[in-house]
Amino acid sequence: MTPLSVNGKPVSVDADADTPLLWVLRDFLEMTGTKFGCGMALCGACTVHVDGRPMRSCTTPLSAVTGRRITTIEGIGNFKTGRAVQEAWVAENVPQCGYCQSGQVMSATALLAANKDPSDAQIDAAMTGNICRCATYPRIRAAIKRAAKKLA
Amino acid sequence: MITNVSRRDFLKAGGALVLGVVVPPARAQSAGALEPNAFVRIAADNTVTVIVKHLEMGQGTHTGLPTLVAEELDADWAQMRVEAAPADAKRYNNLMWGPVQGTGGSSSLPNSYEQLRKAGAAARIMLVGAAAERWNVPAAEISVTRGVVEHKKSKKRAKFGELAAAAATQVVPADPLLKDSKDFVYIGKAALARTDARAKSNGSAQFTQDVKLPGMLTAVVLHPPRFGAKLKSFDAAKAKEIPGVVNVVAFSTPATNGVAVLAKDYWTAKKGRDALVAEWDEAAAFRLGSAEIMAEYKRLAVTPGAVAAKTGDAEAALRGAAKTLEAAYEFPYLAHASMEPMNCVVALSVGGCEIWNGEQFQTVDQAAVAQLLDTKPEQVKLNMLYAGGSFGRRANPQSDFILEAVAIAKAINGHAPVKLVWGREDDMRAGYYRPMYYHALEAGLAPDGELVAWRHTIVGQSILTGTAFEPMMVKNGVDDTSVEGAANLPYAIPNRLVELHSPKIGVPVQWWRSVGSTHTAFATECFLDDIARATGKDPLALRRNLLGKHPRHLGVLELAAKQAGWGKPLPKDRARGIAVHESFGTFVAQVVELSRRKDSVHIERVVCAVDCGVAVNPNIVAMQMESGIGYGLSAALAGAITLKEGLVEQSNFHDYPVVRMNQMPKIEVHIVPSAEKPSGVGEPATPVIAPALANALAALNGTAVRALPLSAQGLTFA
Repeated sequence: MTPLSVNGKPVSVDADADTPLLWVLRDFLEMTGTKFGCGMALCGACTVHVDGRPMRSCTTPLSAVTGRRITTIEGIGNFKTGRAVQEAWVAENVPQCGYCQSGQVMSATALLAANKDPSDAQIDAAMTGNICRCATYPRIRAAIKRAAKKLA
Repeated sequence: MITNVSRRDFLKAGGALVLGVVVPPARAQSAGALEPNAFVRIAADNTVTVIVKHLEMGQGTHTGLPTLVAEELDADWAQMRVEAAPADAKRYNNLMWGPVQGTGGSSSLPNSYEQLRKAGAAARIMLVGAAAERWNVPAAEISVTRGVVEHKKSKKRAKFGELAAAAATQVVPADPLLKDSKDFVYIGKAALARTDARAKSNGSAQFTQDVKLPGMLTAVVLHPPRFGAKLKSFDAAKAKEIPGVVNVVAFSTPATNGVAVLAKDYWTAKKGRDALVAEWDEAAAFRLGSAEIMAEYKRLAVTPGAVAAKTGDAEAALRGAAKTLEAAYEFPYLAHASMEPMNCVVALSVGGCEIWNGEQFQTVDQAAVAQLLDTKPEQVKLNMLYAGGSFGRRANPQSDFILEAVAIAKAINGHAPVKLVWGREDDMRAGYYRPMYYHALEAGLAPDGELVAWRHTIVGQSILTGTAFEPMMVKNGVDDTSVEGAANLPYAIPNRLVELHSPKIGVPVQWWRSVGSTHTAFATECFLDDIARATGKDPLALRRNLLGKHPRHLGVLELAAKQAGWGKPLPKDRARGIAVHESFGTFVAQVVELSRRKDSVHIERVVCAVDCGVAVNPNIVAMQMESGIGYGLSAALAGAITLKEGLVEQSNFHDYPVVRMNQMPKIEVHIVPSAEKPSGVGEPATPVIAPALANALAALNGTAVRALPLSAQGLTFA
């Protein structure tokens, strides 16, 4: 059994050490908000926070996160920044199919936690790793700015 | 969270006003083929649930369709709830598809527009009738506003929930009167929030990928390396050595075959799949590459094809023309590459099965699954979940991934429910692409430059041949979806001939967001700009002159041009391009403005004008324009599935790049005010961006674009 800290709660899982955190969350802890899109850290749908920093959980093995602080889409709303981002997502009607949005919210929250007033170029830099095939990008940009204003 | 509705749940809903879903009591029997009352349920707790028959895959059905009910019911938007309809073509067929239930062709809102308004209007009349009886006042004196039923004279008020049980005993009006559009409070207003926004922002929205059933196994599959290959033998020994692998089975369906590894979790099953050793019989396998296919298409293009459209005598007019112009365009295969790779959950039951899926094609899937299980279609229960994108892919004409899941469940004798999960690579290499196409065009000009002849030859695989739509939409060798947008070209040209070749190629193909228009809009709109350049005409002016009989084309063209400042001088190293196209009854024009940067090109902005009739939710219309532009732009910039000796060369987002945040242009959407019946918006923005962009590039560089994607032409975008 491997001990983990997920959304502030200690949990332990009986998964192989090479199992990516994504599948630990989804298949062992039944937390399905974090999504599988590519398996190669190319699309960002699986983004979670490890010790407050965004990470692609599909290529992060369980062995690499033992004892580290993991936050997922299910827990990000407990933080002021995460809550503001989620509210901005709703206010701007960002999601279309919605499948990538957990990852988008996690990347945007990490951006705003590090940079309270990001420029367009900084939004591009922080968000370009997250693909949205519905191309909700203009609304993601607007929602990040809305959340930044709310948090200011 | 969306839930599926079983008949039993309805029977349990005591005290609720359930319109026409259970067989209603004699007094409340509805008449007419639309069965309008299978769509609304008003419960004692004052919620209004709309049963939505169309898949929510991003395009907004779970918002747009409830809006129609809320409008006629005069409900409060906050009391609206959504449930996905079960599979039942008798009640939930797509009215534009006849007796078939499914989602596609930008038809969800237009085919539901009257059906759901009537469903809401009927419920309103019954609530008012119940209130009139209870208060002993004339029904005509009762008003309904934002979920409150009121008789002002006697100061009596009630919420829907308080009246639901009594209203259930009222006669269901067969043909309720609908509101005049001037009285709309929701339709045409931008303020309504998407019903799915919150669940899709906090991770709680349920997709197929998220379904977990007791004892369920995850299946990860090994497909043949080439289309048409068959499994000869496999060695499961190494896979079975992996702890946690439960089973390894071969499967075969009319669409696919291969080997599945089953485990309790995806990662274990994937490790098992990766350890499989298989031998394939490739006697019937497809072994050509994209270059060979295109060479064959070019050869075919100079031979006579099936006639798709003919006006006047194009051949004679070309021979007699003062000047002729020629151009040819090449298009690659395209993958849909939705964010959620294909997947499906199946639980076999006695005499049938239950399926959880981002279900887009109920009637076709029920028939295919029933055939595989040797049962009746109604024994195939389908739960329609949110789809993580589709762009057409989840409505597979062969039910490919669904049959695969069922076949795997069958191969383990139904011992456990099975969740089939394709990896991105499995998804990208499974075929069912937008077909490759080759277009050859020739134009004849009179001495004064007037366009007098147009010959257009299209070569590419037929999508509909062999599908349920073939009898309806393939006529005299012409698949309507191969020529749509070209055969019905709106421009006034006296002599016009459109011909089609539909070669059979062993690569599975499928509709892809906006279908035929993905290539016909590009060929026709780029060639028209060629003609403008050759005759020294302004592209907007040329189109304007040829569209005299097409006011809606003209309307979007003029609006986009005006908003983009068409004709106003631009700084050096900037250029504009314009294109207009109608698909699925919706008219879209776009102007792209480009700037040249050091060694790349930047899209400064896209101005989009759309005429979709009544814009039920203008915010969603704008979203779908943005989305369609982004999707079309991905294909234009870099989208290509290529084959080499029959092997697909791409596998994931590193070699099938798509538009990301940094490449997404600024987009302005302008909606033409209209009282026409609404048409769909999910697809029609997609085909316009590539020609508008290519026309801007030609204006910037002086070189016309003859093939997509642009990355293969050495063009890079910043």
